[in-house]
Amino acid sequence: MEHIRTTKVEQVKLLDRFSTSNKSVTGTLYLTATHLLFIDSSQRETWILHHHIAVVEKLPLTTSGCPLVIQCKNFRIVHFVVPRERDCHDIYNSLLQLSRTAKYEELYAFSYNPKQNESEQVKGWQLIDLAEEYKRMGVPNANWQLSDANRDYKICETYPRELYVPRTASKPIIVGSSKFRSKGRFPVLSYYHKNKEAAICRCSQPLSGFSARCLEDEHMLQAISKANPSNRYMYVMDTRPKLNAMANRAAGKGYENEDNYSNIRFQFVGIENIHVMRSSLQKLLEVSGTKGLSVNDFLSGLESSGWLRHIKAVLDAAVFLVKAIAVESASVLVHCSDGWDRTSQVCSLGALLLDSYYRTIKGFMVLIEKDWISFGHKFSDRCSQLDGDPKEISPVFTQFLESVWNLTEQFPQAFEYNEAFLLQIHEHVHSCQFGNFIGNCQKEREELKLKEKTYSLWPYLLEEQKKYRNPLYNPDFSPELTLLEPNTVSFNFKFWRNMYHQFDRSMHPRQSVFNHIMNMSEQNKQLEEDIKELEAKIKQRNGQPDAVLVKEHQQPVHPAPTALKTPPCFKKEQPLIPVNDAVRTIEGSNAADNRYSEFVAEFSKAEPAVVSLEYGVARMTC
Amino acid sequence: MEFAELIKTPRADNVVLHRPFHMAVEGTLCLTGHHLIFSSRRHDNAEELWLLHSNIDSIEKRFVGSLGTIVIKCKDLRIIQLDIPGMEECLNIASSIEALSTLDSVTLMYPFFYRPMFEIIEDGWRSFLPDQEFELLSSVTDEWRLSCINRDFSVCPSYPPVVIVPKSIDDEALWKVAMFRHGSRFPVLSYYHKKNGMVMMRSSQPLTGTNGRRCKEDEKLINATLRPGKRGYIIDTRSLNVAQQARAKGGGFEQEAHYPQWRRIHKCIERFNILQESLIKLVEACNDQSHNMDRWLSKLEASNWLTHIKEILTAACLAAQCIDREGASVLVHGTEGTDSTLQVTSLAQIILDPRCRTIRGFESLVVREWLQAGHPFQQRCAQSAYSNSKQKWEAPVFLLFLDCVWQILRQFPCSFEFNERFLIMLFEHAYASQFGTFLGNNENERSKLKLPQKTMSLWSWVNSAEELIKFQNPLFEANSLVIWPSVAPQSLQLWEGVFLRWNRPSKFLDEAQEEMINIIKYNKQLQAKPNLCPDGRRGVCTAGLHGKEKVETLRLCMACRTLLTGVWSFDTSSARDGSTVS
Repeated sequence: MEHIRTTKVEQVKLLDRFSTSNKSVTGTLYLTATHLLFIDSSQRETWILHHHIAVVEKLPLTTSGCPLVIQCKNFRIVHFVVPRERDCHDIYNSLLQLSRTAKYEELYAFSYNPKQNESEQVKGWQLIDLAEEYKRMGVPNANWQLSDANRDYKICETYPRELYVPRTASKPIIVGSSKFRSKGRFPVLSYYHKNKEAAICRCSQPLSGFSARCLEDEHMLQAISKANPSNRYMYVMDTRPKLNAMANRAAGKGYENEDNYSNIRFQFVGIENIHVMRSSLQKLLEVSGTKGLSVNDFLSGLESSGWLRHIKAVLDAAVFLVKAIAVESASVLVHCSDGWDRTSQVCSLGALLLDSYYRTIKGFMVLIEKDWISFGHKFSDRCSQLDGDPKEISPVFTQFLESVWNLTEQFPQAFEYNEAFLLQIHEHVHSCQFGNFIGNCQKEREELKLKEKTYSLWPYLLEEQKKYRNPLYNPDFSPELTLLEPNTVSFNFKFWRNMYHQFDRSMHPRQSVFNHIMNMSEQNKQLEEDIKELEAKIKQRNGQPDAVLVKEHQQPVHPAPTALKTPPCFKKEQPLIPVNDAVRTIEGSNAADNRYSEFVAEFSKAEPAVVSLEYGVARMTC
Repeated sequence: MEFAELIKTPRADNVVLHRPFHMAVEGTLCLTGHHLIFSSRRHDNAEELWLLHSNIDSIEKRFVGSLGTIVIKCKDLRIIQLDIPGMEECLNIASSIEALSTLDSVTLMYPFFYRPMFEIIEDGWRSFLPDQEFELLSSVTDEWRLSCINRDFSVCPSYPPVVIVPKSIDDEALWKVAMFRHGSRFPVLSYYHKKNGMVMMRSSQPLTGTNGRRCKEDEKLINATLRPGKRGYIIDTRSLNVAQQARAKGGGFEQEAHYPQWRRIHKCIERFNILQESLIKLVEACNDQSHNMDRWLSKLEASNWLTHIKEILTAACLAAQCIDREGASVLVHGTEGTDSTLQVTSLAQIILDPRCRTIRGFESLVVREWLQAGHPFQQRCAQSAYSNSKQKWEAPVFLLFLDCVWQILRQFPCSFEFNERFLIMLFEHAYASQFGTFLGNNENERSKLKLPQKTMSLWSWVNSAEELIKFQNPLFEANSLVIWPSVAPQSLQLWEGVFLRWNRPSKFLDEAQEEMINIIKYNKQLQAKPNLCPDGRRGVCTAGLHGKEKVETLRLCMACRTLLTGVWSFDTSSARDGSTVS
């Protein structure tokens, strides 16, 4: 609170981001310990969590006041004009302080209390059990076992305690291999495919330099390929572009030399590094945020940002991996440099394509817990939870979600969850409201005592899973067992409008087929129940059919009153994206959403009010 | 029969057919006067392909030894390949296809030979007559009249025999106005906005020339549509520059001095070969699956297709906005008033008028604003994306219109009675059809060809109950509102149903669509279920209510359940609920 100098400023204008005529609504700005709140004259509220703020900018003073632009990590951009420069300056400084947390303990999750008691909190954290998950995959088994080598984080600090390795990989092999791998991240099991007996393994790059080799590491890989009885050779996928991998050799790192490892097939798949991805997203946002954007500027901006190219590269890599397993029954070892960014993307997407469990709501949580959280994707650094090195920030996890979204578009019936689920997870990866994504690895999380001091996101999402269900989901959707074979021809990749323009409601379809169907299938369930109940009641009243009932109606009896069910009441439409909790409400909508062009000046009146949208639901004019 | 001369080899065996999403299949190829017929010899799963020669946009042939290959590119954008053994057969077949797919004479086209296999309930040629339209109009206003001045097409060859004009303007004045407008297309009524009595008119450019000719009658005609003291807007679908240049050729635009009550807005919509080029480039980009992401995006951009979509939609939204929001009347024209003008006037009506979003209303719109309004379908749709003739008059103007409708449909998926399939069907039939509807360039030509007598109307077929069901949108809920689409580039999408249709299997999407329809059907079933409610009042429950009210009905039914059992636990609210049932 010591950072807050001004808690309330009146007569603040919120500008319409895309209006060419600088339309705005006026209201009051409040600053709380956790949120920035704007309430406009029609009482619409815009809440912005401090942790969501990526950039605060104070623009040069104008005649109408001092502009303050806030860019959020969930791609919301708000543009305020504060009448007095002093107030603006105060708010600016407060937000700078509040949005840059220095210590983990100051994050929202440590003060957030969802009114759960301790046992609920503990139970919430136990919801996802990775040991259970490995059991589901079929390990341990004759070829794979749980290793206690890293039980005290002695071999690798950024790995979880419990790791699965081939039975033939002895402790000295593990230790030796880990010394030959960047950050000690030696090859371990990520996913085991029961039917094919093939495995997805992950690690970091070898410290091979130009010629170094390590017998233990070679043994380790051999152990992995031997653990697969159905295929002699295995693939080693280096997810980096070849040039990057080669450059790493100069620093004593690099990639596997096929001559030193028996029976490996080595393959580069060319996903760019975190820095390229960061600037790509930056460019994408610059383009999509342009006022009065033309189609061609949009398309050429989309192209030059390279964003969709990167998404395609990630998905192409996953498809390559899946083919190796599904078609050749070969095990695959995936790595990049440190094995926590691109490797997480490719391993998790590969598993998602192979195993329909990960396409369920619970399964997707497990997948994220396993391949992202437990294996040490550096959420804290990549999402800049704390004030740190801006060069560590990168939208790696966002790309994973976007790849999944692309798959849901191609296979509308294969996923139990919907787009809102992906968006909500993205929201909370950055919100720091729940403990799951705080920190960079499990060791750090344990030290922070997150399980005691914070709450888990997953039970919260499960509780409101109705919102995240895909009404078209077909659990039996399984072309060729459970494998998904996506088409990765370029034209299949689309700009994810609902992610990058989540809060720019004027751009979205005014009626959502999805909501419609979702509500209808909700309603169907309700109706089914009601009808069942009704029929049961009728039966129960007297085992006779219609005639008697009619009679009974004419001559009512008076039994003890049964609890009357309130008549079902159905809402017509539900919001698509909005998932309302205290953290997040929808940006105050502006009337006149559509700017057909600059013809406004032609009219004598001001820009006519065209369409305004409430929660993505059409409001058309009469 | 002259077709026989064109068919040297009517039949070839052991031909292999390759087409999108199907395994290559061997069979027999037959050529008839209007069709290319392929039937596989496999007994287990006999397959037949019937392709109208008029659907063929271009063909290519090549040889490897004595095996010839013909690649057929269709106007619906599909590409098929035939491997024909024997060089001579192949050459003969190729030249026959070439000749048969490019017949000059309209009367040799298939619609003149087609005999329908379905029962005709309603003659589509008589489904949408101007008189009916006028009757609807005269029930809300008496300021307009039906003029028969063009009875024998002598005033304006591209107009229908009857048009709607302001009542205060007599035929003599219309004569003079016709002389002042390009191609004699004088301003006529296109749309009357019931809500506020504002109108949309369309015409061609005025022939002001370089010396600023004026025509008092023209001014009087369009002023007649204005309320006292009100202003109107002229939407010129050309840029100011193009409009100014048109003066050198005798054309021009309305001068402020002579039309003081009108504000002119220029909106540049491209026409002719620029559009055709755009289509060719777009289809080329979509057909090449080897493009990497950058190349795909840059090709998509270079085609400019979505730019045209945005321009057209923007102009239509502007016209609709003038009428509905500004309460002003609008006159739309470009040069001839047969292309971009019609795109704008018809799309504006879709935005404004809920009737145009029904199947019948949309058909009526196509008839009024495209067929009767004289869009030269035969010229524009002579060739499609694989054309190499590069004729100036070929242009996908109608396809662009359909694409714009699809964009609005995507943004308001519950506001249209028809589905995407309906739009795709119209696209196909505009380019190649067994029906006579889209033959000819205007009503004049159609009447000379005696199409209503000699051919079948597309509408007779579409409106048969059996077909209609395929084109219905299960999500449709009639709404009387004006629907404003977003025209931001992020909101516009490539029409995959047309442009990627043959490049990407849509099995999973189709199945999902089916599942969606099942959910809706099931919902309807369940809604009807409460009729089980055995209290003798089932009549109310089947009252045929829709949507929300249906839910209410259920509640009422649940209420009669409570009434039934509820007498036990007497509760005034449920009693009241029950009383509304009776």
